[in-house]
Amino acid sequence: MTIAPQTEHTATSVGGSAPPPVTLTIDGVSITVPRGTLVIRAAEQLGIPIPRFCDHPLLDPVGACRQCIVAVEGQRKPLTACTTVVTEGMVVQTQHSSQVAAKAQSGTMELLLINHPLDCPMCDKGGECPLQNQAMSSGRAASRFHDVKRTYPKPVPISSEVLLDRERCVLCARCTRFSAQIAGDPFIELFERSAGEQVSVYRGEQLDSPDIISGSEPFNSYFSGNTIQICPVGALTSATYRFRSRPFDLVSTPSVCEHCSSGCAQRTDWRRNRVLRRLAGDDPEVNEEWNCDKGRFAFTYPTSQGRITTPLIRDESGQLVTASWSQALTIAAEGLREARDAAGVGVLTGGRLTVEDSYAYSVFARLALNTNDIDFRARPHSVEEADFLIMHVAGLTPATGGLRYRDLDTAPTVLLVGLEPEEESPIVFLRLRKASRRLDAPSTTVYSVAPWATRGLEKLSGTLVEAVPGTEACVLDALTDDDGTDGAGQISGTSPEGGQISALAAALRKPGSVVLLGERAASAPGALSAAARLARATGARLAWIPRRAGDRGAVEAGALPDLLPGARWVVDRAARAELEQLWGVAPGSIPATPGRSTTRILAAAANAELNALLIAGVDLDDLADPAAARNALRNVGFVVSLELRESSVTEYADVVLPVAASVEKAGTYYTWEGRARPFGRALPESDALPDSRVLDALAAELDVFLSLGSVEQVRAGYAAAVSGVTGPASSTGLRGTGLGGTELGGTEFSGTEFSGFQHRASAKPERGEAVLATWHHLLDAGTLQLGEPHLAGTAPRALARLCEATASEIGLTDGDALTVTTDAGSITLPLEITRMPQRVVWLPTNSPGSAVRRQLAADSGDIVKVSAGTTSPLPDDNLAQVAGGDAEGAGEGPQSHGGER
Amino acid sequence: MTGAAAIQAASVTPVLTQRWPHQPWKLANYERLDGYAGLRQALRQTPDALIELVKQSGLRGRGGAGFPTGLKWSFLPKDVGAPHYLVINADEGEPGTCKDLPLMMVDPHSLLEGAIITAYAIGAHQAFIYVRGEAVHAARRLRQAVREARAKNYLGRNILGSGFGLDVVVHAGAGAYICGEETALLESLEGFRGQPRLKPPFPATHGLYASPTVVNNVETIASVPFIVRHGADWFKSMGTEKSPGPKIYSISGHVKHPGQYECELGITLRQLLELAGGVRAGRSLKFWTPGGSSTPYFTAEHSDVPLDFEGAAAAGSMLGTTAIMVFDETTCIVGATLRFIEFYAHESCGKCTPCREGTYWMEQVLRRLEAGEGTEEDLSTLLDTCDNIFGRSFCALGDGATSCVVSSIKYFRDEYIAHVRQRRCPLASHASAPLAAQGVH
Repeated sequence: MTIAPQTEHTATSVGGSAPPPVTLTIDGVSITVPRGTLVIRAAEQLGIPIPRFCDHPLLDPVGACRQCIVAVEGQRKPLTACTTVVTEGMVVQTQHSSQVAAKAQSGTMELLLINHPLDCPMCDKGGECPLQNQAMSSGRAASRFHDVKRTYPKPVPISSEVLLDRERCVLCARCTRFSAQIAGDPFIELFERSAGEQVSVYRGEQLDSPDIISGSEPFNSYFSGNTIQICPVGALTSATYRFRSRPFDLVSTPSVCEHCSSGCAQRTDWRRNRVLRRLAGDDPEVNEEWNCDKGRFAFTYPTSQGRITTPLIRDESGQLVTASWSQALTIAAEGLREARDAAGVGVLTGGRLTVEDSYAYSVFARLALNTNDIDFRARPHSVEEADFLIMHVAGLTPATGGLRYRDLDTAPTVLLVGLEPEEESPIVFLRLRKASRRLDAPSTTVYSVAPWATRGLEKLSGTLVEAVPGTEACVLDALTDDDGTDGAGQISGTSPEGGQISALAAALRKPGSVVLLGERAASAPGALSAAARLARATGARLAWIPRRAGDRGAVEAGALPDLLPGARWVVDRAARAELEQLWGVAPGSIPATPGRSTTRILAAAANAELNALLIAGVDLDDLADPAAARNALRNVGFVVSLELRESSVTEYADVVLPVAASVEKAGTYYTWEGRARPFGRALPESDALPDSRVLDALAAELDVFLSLGSVEQVRAGYAAAVSGVTGPASSTGLRGTGLGGTELGGTEFSGTEFSGFQHRASAKPERGEAVLATWHHLLDAGTLQLGEPHLAGTAPRALARLCEATASEIGLTDGDALTVTTDAGSITLPLEITRMPQRVVWLPTNSPGSAVRRQLAADSGDIVKVSAGTTSPLPDDNLAQVAGGDAEGAGEGPQSHGGER
Repeated sequence: MTGAAAIQAASVTPVLTQRWPHQPWKLANYERLDGYAGLRQALRQTPDALIELVKQSGLRGRGGAGFPTGLKWSFLPKDVGAPHYLVINADEGEPGTCKDLPLMMVDPHSLLEGAIITAYAIGAHQAFIYVRGEAVHAARRLRQAVREARAKNYLGRNILGSGFGLDVVVHAGAGAYICGEETALLESLEGFRGQPRLKPPFPATHGLYASPTVVNNVETIASVPFIVRHGADWFKSMGTEKSPGPKIYSISGHVKHPGQYECELGITLRQLLELAGGVRAGRSLKFWTPGGSSTPYFTAEHSDVPLDFEGAAAAGSMLGTTAIMVFDETTCIVGATLRFIEFYAHESCGKCTPCREGTYWMEQVLRRLEAGEGTEEDLSTLLDTCDNIFGRSFCALGDGATSCVVSSIKYFRDEYIAHVRQRRCPLASHASAPLAAQGVH
């Protein structure tokens, strides 16, 4: 989100005019390409396929496989097309016009095959194998190799998810280069030499030992699945897909990942109404050709145990029993009508809905329930955040000048606030890593305001701007106040050196610099406001990167108490009128009063200020105070739950209506950029209904007709609602003209200046206490990762972190058990001594053994007690409990606190 | 290696080996024999003048490729904001080659003196000597020499009051043939897996730690002090026009007195054999390598080929490292070639397909042929495989692996065919052993 949107082409080519292009001929055809292009890329542009294995356009050239040999006029020897840069007037002959090239290629192919096993009939790659295909196109009909092939035990696991078959490997080094260059996780490498060269993890034991994992450092990279996809043979396979199918028996549907706001293009391969695997799609503007392992492997949750397939109603004995749709809808409508006509109904939508479904809830709340009590934020949130979303997020998309992935490539400086990209938006992490490593232009320098430098930050060659949780706003204000000209930035409550602040303040003033805010910034009082001030002072662009795939779309769809679809303020009379006209409802149909946030909805429900709740895809254990949420659900008169699976919400629901998982419906997610990522339905045989269809039927029972029966109808309605949005309120002013002072009077708004939130004085922990810092691991106990043990096996181990001084205060050293306690409960984890501020403790938010919200009811910035562990530090038994829960909805972790405190 | 006496007797141009009989590894001896005189002389000149001098001398790299040394030095870009490095390739691993190790063992200070002069000429303040991992003795002796040189201010800051400073690190490799390839050597020196790098960029601009780097062979560097002391014309008075200077030839195999023989470039095998006492008694020359296992075999008919860069190439082989391996008629060509290929199959770094897979395959084919289990088709398979390796592999190691196969079939096809038809090796397998009783057949 920009404060001052820049023109479309901000900084694509750094440094003046590009050098003149180069013209060459390939197989007699002339082509002009940019200087520096490789011959193999130029040939691709002409549609001349040159066989290759080691070449990959996103990896550095290596020239290892020698398959792409071409003849170049004037060269003594033929050259590899994948390593040869075009020159002016170059004359290239590929296998199509040069006997030398054709002979070299078939020779290399023969050599590649001498040690390749003839196990295509049982190989996962069979049917989509570059080696198989190119052996057909470039190889000999019969082998002259009569000797003994090199053999290995096969396969060996190099992580719980990835299996390695060394016999099949052609040693192209794509996987090792990906891991080293793209992911920054060089956990696999080539070992040995000659024909014995092999890919391996680092190991103490022989790879041939059956106990490979225990003796080794496994390939636990969040991006390991990409190596399987780019392996040109069947050497790397996944435990999930191995031996499950042949590619030609699968139907492939383009899809979009539902796991985070990165918005990866994917391909969903399915058969008999069941997803068999997912692959990264190719979208240069978003995920290039990569995705993370969560997106790739976490797709079993809709089919694992606990899926709800029919409507359920609560009978007299208090049990949920199967019901017909008409029966369930009737009961749900009755309950909601009664509550609506009494104190009202609150709507909690979670962060995992498609924009179509969010829009449907948004419309349903306003027109069927006559309320603005709707909030998608199933996590810690604040009033400040709601204002920030209105002022700096809603309406800002790539089309209206918003920040794009592409802009990260060329940003001179990126400041992260409350955001750990590798854990929370892995593709943003990959982009930043790429930007921080570029050699062809000045690389991006990354800074992170955080309590400690994570491995993710190290992989970005990033610099930590150390801050105790809760003091982030102080750091940002110091940056705002330091105009970069003198070196004396003074910050209270934090301890970064003034020189660092000055350097960063100056760096942020370079054109194209960016401040990226995570959803966790809402837990740092004043941080979002301070970030907005900083952006205004420095000219840096702002972007908000929430964790969940539905969050960004929910803002546009108006699933917020203050915001209507299309970046319209609830308090803006003209905006309401516009929407009422669009929806064909009577003037005044849309309630004029801003609604309650998630926390306030739950509080109201507990106090009978609301009589019913309509909840979609929320895991109560993600909320700031799960116990309070349970209490609210227990006490509120009526609960309707639209869910995939049995969850903490269905436990209290009076009516449960089953809904479709993302593969069972068409929909759209928004990337953090605000880029729409529409996708079609992958599994056509599923009879599960999308939320919007269920809401349409429910509304009809309430005698409200919403025209949301099909996804096309929803999309049409939504498109009309958001058409003409030109940016967020901060850049465009208000949408309507009817915003009189009278209407603003009773709201929580502080005005467009958006400067009313200041950081609070930082808390001062005593001995034996610490300020809590917490965020999610990408792979954790989230419910959307259910049913995939191979993936779970690669998740980082849950560890608690303290600095050495604080640990020794309570008599602990590295590896000891540390217990973190609040009034709500305690968590015990192994301690890892970490360089971080004194009296700060870090816990993973929702990893096995560390459900911070449920067990501690605490959030970043809270003061907790730390002491020597009272139980075994091994994480463990909490897993089952933590992993129960949501379906489409609130998945992963614990969330929220923070609300309006 | 052989005794110092034999060397002395056989040397015809005692330049590089002139001090060898006098225990020059002791610094006092080295200094008494004009040691470090070339350094003192060099430090009085400008670096550019030294580069020009070496250019004028026509000195060519002694590691095998014969690239003009002065020209290589002049490629280093100046003022790029990166340090310059000198890296000395002492990874002498080419089978048959035994010139650098004796030089480093006997006369380590001559290498250091050359290194200091070279570093001064190219503006390097840090030099590395990459010693083959198996040569612990040589690394130890070099380190001792470095300590002594440092103590006498031949190394360190402000060398001999010149204002020029240099430190030398003696780095032991881990015993991989590929690390004699200069870019693989640099990878290894940086702590990575020893595999060759893509070129370009070349080491002159992006060498060690992506900085301008000169990589030179031990013998090349050791030649430099003599050029400084005696001048380019003196150097060019030896050898041939395009390959001037003295050269240490390593002679091994079926000769009476194997060892190092320093001669002018352009000497012939016939002359060298005279120095080495001829082929062992009662035997005649069958084939030989002019420059190690990577150079195509020569036969008796090549006895008068001038052994300089041009002469060896014109006759269909290469000068290589001037490692003359002599094989008499008791040697089975298939068996000898198999041994060579076994070496390449073992030492291929594994990076590129042709070298890795081709040597793996050829080793098996040759083993079958040697055992009398081959077919005539195998010969065409071998030649075709060599065609698929030569010029297609990533670095010169693959090319080198084809030399013995192609040349052996070229000169001794009949002997291969005899293996196939007789279903066994036609020669007595033990007769070629160095200590085999003469006359056994």
